[in-house]
Amino acid sequence: MAIHIVDRRLNPGSKSLENRQRFLRRAKALVQGAVKKSSQDRDIKDVLEGGEVSVPIDGMDEPRFRREGGTRDMVLPGNKKFVEGDYLPRPNQSGGKGRGAGEGDSEDTFRFVLSRDEFVDLFLDDLELPDLAKRKLAEVETEGIRRAGYTTSGSPANISVSRTVSRALTRRVALRRPRPEVLAALEAELAGCRDEARRAELMAEIEALKTKMRRIPFIDPIDIRYRRFETVPKPVAQAVMFCLMDVSGSMTEHMKDLAKRFYMLLYVFLKRRYRHVEIVFIRHTDRAEEVDEQTFFYGPASGGTLVSSALQAMHDIVRSRFKPADWNIYAAQASDGDNSFADGEVAGRLLTDKILPVSQFFAYLEVGQENGLSYEMPNSSLWTLYEGLRASGAPLSMRKVNERSEIFPVFHDLFKRRSQPERSAS
Amino acid sequence: MTATDQLLFEGADWDFRTLQRICDACEQIARDELKLDVYPNQIEVITAEQMLDAYSSVGMPLFYKHWSFGKHFAFQEASYRKGLMGLAYEIVINSSPCISYLMEENSATMQTLVIAHAAFGHNHFFKNNYLFKQWTDADGILDYLEFAKRYVAHCEERHGRLAVEHTLDAAHALMSHGIDRYPGKKSLDLRAEEKRAGRRRAHEESAFNDLWRTVPGGKVKSGAILDVERRRQMLGLPQENLLYFLEKTAPRLRPWQRELLRIVRHIAQYFYPQSQTKVMNEGTATYVHYCIMSRLHQQGRLTDGNFLEFLQSHTNVVFQPEFDDPRYSGFNPYALGFAMMQDIERIVTNPEAEDREWFPDIAGKGDAMGVLRDIWANYRDESFISQFMSPRLMRHFRMFHLHDDPEDRSGILVDAIHDERGYRRLRRELARQYDVGFIDANIEVVDVDLAGDRRLMLHHTVVKGAQLDEADTKRVLQHLADLWSYDVSLVEADASGTVLKEYVANPRNIAAAA
Repeated sequence: MAIHIVDRRLNPGSKSLENRQRFLRRAKALVQGAVKKSSQDRDIKDVLEGGEVSVPIDGMDEPRFRREGGTRDMVLPGNKKFVEGDYLPRPNQSGGKGRGAGEGDSEDTFRFVLSRDEFVDLFLDDLELPDLAKRKLAEVETEGIRRAGYTTSGSPANISVSRTVSRALTRRVALRRPRPEVLAALEAELAGCRDEARRAELMAEIEALKTKMRRIPFIDPIDIRYRRFETVPKPVAQAVMFCLMDVSGSMTEHMKDLAKRFYMLLYVFLKRRYRHVEIVFIRHTDRAEEVDEQTFFYGPASGGTLVSSALQAMHDIVRSRFKPADWNIYAAQASDGDNSFADGEVAGRLLTDKILPVSQFFAYLEVGQENGLSYEMPNSSLWTLYEGLRASGAPLSMRKVNERSEIFPVFHDLFKRRSQPERSAS
Repeated sequence: MTATDQLLFEGADWDFRTLQRICDACEQIARDELKLDVYPNQIEVITAEQMLDAYSSVGMPLFYKHWSFGKHFAFQEASYRKGLMGLAYEIVINSSPCISYLMEENSATMQTLVIAHAAFGHNHFFKNNYLFKQWTDADGILDYLEFAKRYVAHCEERHGRLAVEHTLDAAHALMSHGIDRYPGKKSLDLRAEEKRAGRRRAHEESAFNDLWRTVPGGKVKSGAILDVERRRQMLGLPQENLLYFLEKTAPRLRPWQRELLRIVRHIAQYFYPQSQTKVMNEGTATYVHYCIMSRLHQQGRLTDGNFLEFLQSHTNVVFQPEFDDPRYSGFNPYALGFAMMQDIERIVTNPEAEDREWFPDIAGKGDAMGVLRDIWANYRDESFISQFMSPRLMRHFRMFHLHDDPEDRSGILVDAIHDERGYRRLRRELARQYDVGFIDANIEVVDVDLAGDRRLMLHHTVVKGAQLDEADTKRVLQHLADLWSYDVSLVEADASGTVLKEYVANPRNIAAAA
């Protein structure tokens, strides 16, 4: 009886993929909560990396009839000193349970590794990113053409003469096609020859050479080569996102958190649209500086407010590092709307003359106090300024946000409103 | 064959020719020396990922789709990544042919160990143990699983994934109460079962007549006419197989839902013997691999180095931490089973006076393998331990018995230890720990209120004061009520009939939604 040995290693693995997806669907709310929580603690760039989330397992357990309590009897190994009739102190009520009973030692939560796509899907899904995203994604690339070697078929316009001739030459040499000079030499010799025997010999040789020349053409169809081209996707361009944040004393942690969420969304969104996205963090009080993400969100800073300083900084950075011809420029500004009165005009001029003309889109987010009502907020000086600009048709959108839950709708709104005129124009 | 002095392999590497040589060598010993009787073997080499896959569908090569398998996969993958868990060296399936999965990462020595363990040890046990003979159909299981998978997929297509998921969730919750514990009418024949299912479906389709749906239902017979005894008899009550009861009598289940319950029930039944023979099954397999490996070494077919490597993994497998060791989590079935098999061998071949007194039937009988084969065929964990746990082994493990009565304020009582007075009590208590009849809650359907609101009445007989966990019980009852589609009540009462607790669950309208 021979034993059958089978190599299954090449069988498709991940038979559980389908089950895993079912589990994810089922646990969607839980996983989503976990994703949200984990994206809170992450840096913007890490949001797209996917990764581990902790899913509470008790939300997903499968109930069974289980008994508990009552008197318990158990036989254990490893007695060292007990004798019959001894009493062991009872461990603390909570700690003692489960030990030795062999049950209930499941973990409260377990780490669950999500792939990048799963993560972003769940992240965006929660926010119900509308089909806007797909439309944008479809525009990602244009086709380019590049040479890709030679081929044996194609249109006459693409015949590569030099390649064809060189192949013909190779073939002729390989098949020993007589060269015209050889023939000419023989014919010259024939013309000057009087010896009958030699003439016959020469004529036969010439005849043979001519036959051979006919049989081996100068150019054969198999020599012909065409230039081959292939289309390659070419990324449209790259994008840079400017995060401008007012960090003057009036900005609370809550406001910064709102802003962060907005930037995060914008980043994820742009990342899906462009191959290459840069982020520039600019924070400002009455003067602006470019900082890293950590400092941007968590660094302490305080002082007066001069919005124009941030705009000026952005303009300088654009000029030195991001040529508007090569870069899609986006800016998102978060502020509580307070600006010093005299600055309004400067900021307005900077925007209209320098920044808006080179920007794809400029989003202004006015963040308010927690539990505040956005429609009750009096229009701030900045708001009034932007309102005026927008009325004159600048690619600028503005919204007020108080609650985290408003971030996505606002984001959606901002982009939807902008994409419509753009599309109808194109 | 004169290949006995030839090494099977050297070093850790193996290829498929080596595997074949290993199999042949193991088989020769298993057949000629140990006289094992096995199903045909099929050995499949798989990757770690595939091993994880196999884990999550209870070790089955094919299974229907359900989210809970995905959950297990995610959970296991997570603990595997964290390094909490090593992967098993092997998974073996009780089927004919008997399929053993081997991981490609194993060294040649480990492959030999695994083949001896699974393909001969477990395989022999599956084929010969009376419980497996009684309850499982090794020839039919793979086909039946294939059928189950197709059927579930088909239901999803027809009735929607959600409806199927609801039904399966409910069935899974009741799975441990979907078992016939006592061999009754007939043994399981999964192939015939599959055919019958097909016929049932065909019949339903051919007999389907939309008119029936509009025929007014007859008047519900007044329950008062039927006297209680007769009614209970007609319904086959009391019934402890809840899934079976629902499948046969739940008034509003659709035919496909009944079929799903049947599938879950058959699968639960298929695994029932495994849960009752864990110690014996692992003990047998470990004993067999130990015999085969030692024999191969004696024959000069394993190098000393490879044999040492084997001994090391063997020792790890049969390691039993003591109760105060942080690694302790109950008796290790490998350790207990293997120790008992070896002990029986000792009693049969080289008994002491104590053994002759305790085991007059087998002490000094001389044919260790004969006695063991007989034991493997005719016992389950509970009876095995209560018959063959020797005083010597209890001393070896230094067993002691704890009695924990929450009423007893002075603490946990050490009730018996490994001494003259304690042996029999220890053995009885240990055997009880492996008695499935005792481990699972004793829940029965006792009655249906046919006269009134069709309420289904369940009864839990409380033993030793252990009541059901409340939160879980409510959720399981909810599932039960959903399947039954009328109210369900569960009464917990102790042996004297005093009611300790009562649950009631009302159905959500899932059958209609389905």
